[in-house]
Amino acid sequence: MSDRSAFWAAVLVLPALSLPAQAQQDPIVVYNAQHETLAQEWATAFTEETGIPVIIRQGADVEVGNQIVQEGANSPADVFLTENSPAMVLVDTAGLFAPLPPDILDQVPAQFRPVDGNWIGIAARSTVFAYNTEQLAPAELPQSLAELAEPEWQGRWAASPSGADFQAIVAAYLALEGEDATLSWLQGMAQNALVVRGNRAAMAAANSGEVDGALIYHYYWFGDQAGTGESSANTALHYFGKQDPGAFISISGGGVLASSTHKDEAMAFLRFITGPAGQAVLREGTSFEYAVGSGEASNPALPPLLELDAPEIDPSRLDTARAAALLTQAGLF
Amino acid sequence: MSATTGPGTAGVRYGLAQWGTGKSVMLAAALVTGLLSLLPLGFVLYVAVSSGWDTIQALVLRPKVAELLGNTLVLLALVLPSSAVLAVAMAWLVERTDLPFARLWSWLAVAPLALPAFVHSYAWSAFAPRFHGLWAAVLISLLAYLPFIYLPVAAQMRRLDPALEDMARSMGKRPLAVFVLVVLPQLRLAILGGALLIGLHLLAEYGLFVLTRFDTFATAIVDQFQAVYNGPSANLLGGVLVLLCVALLGIEARLRGTERYARLGSGAARQSQRRALGRWRWPALAFLLIFALLSLAVPLGTLARWLGSGGLAIWKLEFILPALAQTALLALSGAALTTLAALPVAWLAVRAPGRLQKLLEAGHAYVGALPGVIIALALVSVTVRVALPLYQTMATLLLAYVLMFLPRALVGLRTSIAQAPLELERTAQSLGRTPLMAIWHTTVRLAAPGALASAAMAALGITTELTATLMLAPNGTRTLAMRFWSYTSELDLAAAAPYALLMIVLSIPLVVLLQMQADHFEQA
Repeated sequence: MSDRSAFWAAVLVLPALSLPAQAQQDPIVVYNAQHETLAQEWATAFTEETGIPVIIRQGADVEVGNQIVQEGANSPADVFLTENSPAMVLVDTAGLFAPLPPDILDQVPAQFRPVDGNWIGIAARSTVFAYNTEQLAPAELPQSLAELAEPEWQGRWAASPSGADFQAIVAAYLALEGEDATLSWLQGMAQNALVVRGNRAAMAAANSGEVDGALIYHYYWFGDQAGTGESSANTALHYFGKQDPGAFISISGGGVLASSTHKDEAMAFLRFITGPAGQAVLREGTSFEYAVGSGEASNPALPPLLELDAPEIDPSRLDTARAAALLTQAGLF
Repeated sequence: MSATTGPGTAGVRYGLAQWGTGKSVMLAAALVTGLLSLLPLGFVLYVAVSSGWDTIQALVLRPKVAELLGNTLVLLALVLPSSAVLAVAMAWLVERTDLPFARLWSWLAVAPLALPAFVHSYAWSAFAPRFHGLWAAVLISLLAYLPFIYLPVAAQMRRLDPALEDMARSMGKRPLAVFVLVVLPQLRLAILGGALLIGLHLLAEYGLFVLTRFDTFATAIVDQFQAVYNGPSANLLGGVLVLLCVALLGIEARLRGTERYARLGSGAARQSQRRALGRWRWPALAFLLIFALLSLAVPLGTLARWLGSGGLAIWKLEFILPALAQTALLALSGAALTTLAALPVAWLAVRAPGRLQKLLEAGHAYVGALPGVIIALALVSVTVRVALPLYQTMATLLLAYVLMFLPRALVGLRTSIAQAPLELERTAQSLGRTPLMAIWHTTVRLAAPGALASAAMAALGITTELTATLMLAPNGTRTLAMRFWSYTSELDLAAAAPYALLMIVLSIPLVVLLQMQADHFEQA
């Protein structure tokens, strides 16, 4: 009996302990905070072209960025991809990125990458106000983000402040308007907004008419419209424009870790996703994120990126830690 | 007398001395798991001490935390009593009345356990988008967690000795009085054990409350974690959660009391008479039907709708099969290890209860109330700083599972060890087995069905675990829960549906195991 039990214990436990050894030979490890589907499409296409296997470790922006900082020189990661740039800045400030060669940097216009050239934009998303078309006429739409903090908007809009997406918007507000204005805007928001978790929940609240509108990123709306439409059918998008903080365009970033032991392969991966084949995945896939490569058009369903009249912000100025502290101070989480 | 010592008494003495050795080995093993289980607490305390009183004051003593505390307490206060009442009512209808199709209802009452809590709430958020907040959180908690009380209560109800009730009736007590005075007290341990388990879940659960838009400590901790990672705030909120858990354990211990409700003698209890429901039959059926509709038809119907709208395109087998295999493997090995680790603690609780043993047990229980993030953060920090070769290895992940799910495993194991007579262990030793082998060959073998139920409880938890797996697993690990969350966060509900379905499929045999074990279950 005991021999048999020991045998079964071994059968159950040993395979699990040997799991990491099953990995293929010399893959690159991508710490990915971008949507997994998108990263997987990039990885599959890249492996097909180069034969280099890619292992994806999934997480959220700031969490993974902090994890890399904690791992420091011992990080198993070769590449880091994010949804928003603040997490890139976090890792860059810790000095953990390898400088990118000019041939990679040249694939993306200067406005979509930081001045230091240690990481690069891989995609972009625009802030939008998704509003319930039965409850709001176009004339009643807010003209600026600041307006949403005013008393007449109390209880009428939804947002998901706990996500990295919204924190990037707050960081942009901070960079454009300064600390005092940002805090008082957040305090107004704490009074006015229906706080939910996740952009889908915010959009769904606008869709069901619980609130008039939701401050989200554009691709949630396009993705839902292309799918079941169950969270967006009664809504339309309002772009703030006029270089308002509400027209903020957030850059998804990619970088190669200085500690990477497969730097050439990691660089090749970044070259691939910022190049024509990688940007075509954005244009033709279902992510509905904007392409940022030079001369690369985005998904035809989207209004052109350059016509959104976004405010100009150096992405390396987005301070997500300060934004999180202000959100905490305003009691939003 | 000493001159007449025969071989027989020598054997007994030998056995007693050896029994002491067996106990010390078990104690040593329990101390090891106990120390490991203090790791998250130690980390939380370390963060608290190093951040200083001013930071604690700024981060803990603020209105938002008071709101979270209020939310969490209200949730506990509403869910725990109502789930106890509902579970007792259902168990009574199924086990003690002439309700038609009683066996079927008994299975339907337990079946919601096979659905991960976050699948329940995801389905509800799609089924009734405007239903959220406190009442949604209460309802969905009830639907998802009721089986935790129903299982032990129904098992206990089944084996109640009707002699006590007959006696009360013969003394002129009315049926309701008999139930309150005789039946309920005998269910107390089962109700409290189940309620404690639900309480721990309510404190630690993240997915369910995110989707019902109800803020608890667990959701706030994950928010802080995602915004500032390993900042003091998440860990300090975790510290408050530890205090809440200690309070919960204290209340449970106080309500449990010291009274015992053991059956006299080992003879078989007479099967108790099933009560005729009469005109109450239809309302009773309606009650059970409504519960089944809310807890099974809503989530499964929503899932079916997503599966239907996705068609064949969502069955990407190259991703689904590895996720299924990895999840099954993790659940099996994690559950086996958890049960093994729970064995010494459970054995001590039965064979050598005492102050140290109580401390060890509480040291494990509090981990059950912490969200996976806190445990994972502690393990990540420790391995990155002092044990780098263990970072992102299966060993660390399995350790996290053991810590998180040991409190669940303990419940079933303890009760089944209590049913194995101590004499067998001693006899085995007197026949020349080493102490550990003696325990292994007698008590552990007799407790095997209970151990299996314990392993099933742990495996259920591991199958749907997300945060700790995300943070600790080796690179390349993608479990069903990871894929499900990934797709749902991208709004691809159809693509997420196969993963939810497979989590349910994996959980079904575990729930069957639990239900069958409950048929032989006796409250210690």
